[in-house]
Amino acid sequence: MQSTGTGTTRGLGLLAIVALAWVVVGGLVATPRDVVQGESVRIMYVHVPTAWVAYLAFVVTAVASAGFLRGRSRSLGFDRVAGASAEVGVLFMGLTLVTGSLWGRLTWGEFWQWDPRLTTTAFLFVTYVGYLAVRGLDGAPEQRARRAAVVALLAVLEIPLVHFSVVLWRSLHQRASVLDPGGDVRMDGLMLFTLFVGVVAFTALYAWLVLHRSRVAALAELAGRGELARAVAARRAEAGA
Amino acid sequence: MSAAAPVALAVMDDAGFVIGSYAVTAVALLALVVATLRRARRLAPLVRDEDKPWT
Repeated sequence: MQSTGTGTTRGLGLLAIVALAWVVVGGLVATPRDVVQGESVRIMYVHVPTAWVAYLAFVVTAVASAGFLRGRSRSLGFDRVAGASAEVGVLFMGLTLVTGSLWGRLTWGEFWQWDPRLTTTAFLFVTYVGYLAVRGLDGAPEQRARRAAVVALLAVLEIPLVHFSVVLWRSLHQRASVLDPGGDVRMDGLMLFTLFVGVVAFTALYAWLVLHRSRVAALAELAGRGELARAVAARRAEAGA
Repeated sequence: MSAAAPVALAVMDDAGFVIGSYAVTAVALLALVVATLRRARRLAPLVRDEDKPWT
């Protein structure tokens, strides 16, 4: 019996495990403390990659939704990828908010401020929770997929607003940490490497999760169809008897 | 800080917040991984291998 694993998912899983191990060792032990932020900078090695993956997940949801709406066959495969990516993205966005609030407590003395970046990020999170709720509404599979695809294409427009909120409004949140406005890297080499490995690790884990979860959704659909076919056959046999 | 405290807590300022952020992330992601694999293993026997497009 074949489950949802393949060579690709096993490779992604292995990459994620190795890279995550480095994030823990590098983030908590090997990298130096920051001259300005002190030890709280270590939260950045999980906070920044989770935010990146959440953005990526929501963009993939939008691209897959566009693929569903554009395709002549209206393949539900696109819809399954869109749904799986949004589910994973919501978790990563939630983690971004939690790790960010822990960092905020150390840096600003508060877990939460109604700051432009924090508020728009929370709004993005709530929007995608709403998207998942829309996916759960009743209707034929194609109808539900079409409805969700339209919501996904509208929701993704919030991402530039979140990302540029620190530039558009006066924000407590720091601007870009890695590159200065001139495009020069302004981080210690080991810190930059650990941050990069964190982005690779969380991206690999995201891809692993989306592949497995979209296949699980396909299994659920196929199993449901099988049950329906068996029920219809049983009723026919009953009527014929 | 007590002598029984873990090394990281003893040498790092604000270790509770820093390690807490790693722990929350690890637990949440591990929970999603486990839930996904359990659901996959529960559903896989209900579908024939030739109907699974990834096989």
